[in-house]
Amino acid sequence: MNAIEIEGLRKGFGGVKAVDGISFHVGEGETLGIIGPNGAGKTTVFNLITRFYVPDSGRIMFFEKDISHLPSYKLPRLGIGRTFQNLRLFQNLTVMENITSAVLCEQGYNVFSGIFRTEGYLLAEAKARQEAQRLIDFFQLTGREKDPARNLPYGEQRKLELARALSLRPRLLLIDEPGAGMNPREIQDLVTTIREIRERFSLTIIIIEHQMGLVMNISERIVVMDFGEKIMEGTPGEVKKDKRVIEAYLGEEFA
Amino acid sequence: MNFFVEARTQILVSLGVYIILKILFAFHFVSEYIEQITIYSFIVIIASLGLNVIYGYTGQFSLGHAAFYGIGAYASAYFSRIFGIEHVYSFLPVLLLSGAIAGLTGYLIGIPILRLRDDFLAIATLGFGTLVRVFFDNSDRFAEVLGGSRGFVGIPRITNLETVCFVTLFLIIITRNMISSRYGLFWRCIKEDETASMSIGIDTAKMKLMAFAYGCFLAGIGGALYAHLYTFLHPSNFDVLKSIDFLIIVILGGMGSIMGTIYAGIIWVGFIEGLRIILPAAMLDLRWVFIPLLLIALMMWRPYGLITKGR
Repeated sequence: MNAIEIEGLRKGFGGVKAVDGISFHVGEGETLGIIGPNGAGKTTVFNLITRFYVPDSGRIMFFEKDISHLPSYKLPRLGIGRTFQNLRLFQNLTVMENITSAVLCEQGYNVFSGIFRTEGYLLAEAKARQEAQRLIDFFQLTGREKDPARNLPYGEQRKLELARALSLRPRLLLIDEPGAGMNPREIQDLVTTIREIRERFSLTIIIIEHQMGLVMNISERIVVMDFGEKIMEGTPGEVKKDKRVIEAYLGEEFA
Repeated sequence: MNFFVEARTQILVSLGVYIILKILFAFHFVSEYIEQITIYSFIVIIASLGLNVIYGYTGQFSLGHAAFYGIGAYASAYFSRIFGIEHVYSFLPVLLLSGAIAGLTGYLIGIPILRLRDDFLAIATLGFGTLVRVFFDNSDRFAEVLGGSRGFVGIPRITNLETVCFVTLFLIIITRNMISSRYGLFWRCIKEDETASMSIGIDTAKMKLMAFAYGCFLAGIGGALYAHLYTFLHPSNFDVLKSIDFLIIVILGGMGSIMGTIYAGIIWVGFIEGLRIILPAAMLDLRWVFIPLLLIALMMWRPYGLITKGR
């Protein structure tokens, strides 16, 4: 079964066609890489899938369910988690709160329980902390639970954002440029981490990335975008050799 | 129940405060005027706490808080009049109802305007505040008893030390529990980053509405207590300047701090009324020069509030 199927997705901002009729699919358990030069419309595709933007036309199917009309906040419940290109953590909340907030969205209690601190409230809170702790340990952030997120070094903030997305128990994880601003050593770590979470959480992953090493290493299939369109699709090996890809990245004279 | 067990400290502290104040009042160690402003400071704390939920915790900038304070005040005064209420026990349901009306108004007005962000929201709330003020000014056209620009007179004096102590304590505990529950956590998430909040499944529109309505409810309760303390309401008590008073208290105490709001409320009332005592009568209007100056100084040296630590 396909985890996600996108058909003829279009989005324009004024005169600019950010995404111009793109179609692709990702099988369950597969990892798809999306590459392309800056401004090719990669992040817009993510924002369309998670409904931060409303598509002008096109259809998005998630496990054979049409999600193109759902409001953004309902998607995590269906099993879509994401991270952001420029880190969007809750900077002044603690590491623990950053994750429990996501867990408590799904495993909640009502206002009454919250005000009067019923057993249900205590139970749900304890369970959320437990789950968050598991992820904190997994991402080696142990000991920093009570630190505000802003105090973490950059690499750990990236990890925390991944942990937050994973706490939603997603079936599909959208990772937007995880390697941005990282050195080769950190990137190596990141590749290992992504591999690990893919196994451990049996995830379908779509990853946007500029660092060719990273994306070629992880993805089974790659979609190349330029000017809002898909210019090719194939295995990492095929993509590396393709003339159109080299053209898009390096300019015609190199092709 | 956990509700009372975990609130031991607050209950004991309030009891202590109550006993001390009661002794001071009962033996006339302080003038009746001081008595009145002491009770008033509790009211200011309740209403400011409401704005702290809206602005300090959820990050929704409101310049119309006094409008909801006024709605609570006028609603309670109206109900007291038509139901002929004179006693504290029959006043409590009126108090709750007035708070609920202010909260409901906040909810309804929040549906369209909470979509707006930052400065646009500020302008919309400012507009609403002005609208309510104009409504109060012309209220005698709808019901003679509301008094319009002449003011609402002859409200029974029901608010006393016991009432404000009990109501303040109760509302502080409820607010604290709300803040530390998942709802408070979602509010703080929204203040930090609305997009990220949606990406983890927070229904941001609903949560913002909830915070706004609850904050307005607190303002309404404060207004109702105010009406039955001073026994006279005038539209000018509920204009934009009043909203700014609440805003100053929230900023002074530190955004997102309940204790800060309590201290700042006391400091604020003490400062305003203290100047009234210190300054000679001819210079009384200078108070409104000191306050903006204080605000400017505060923003320059302690932008995160006097009480909370800087970031």
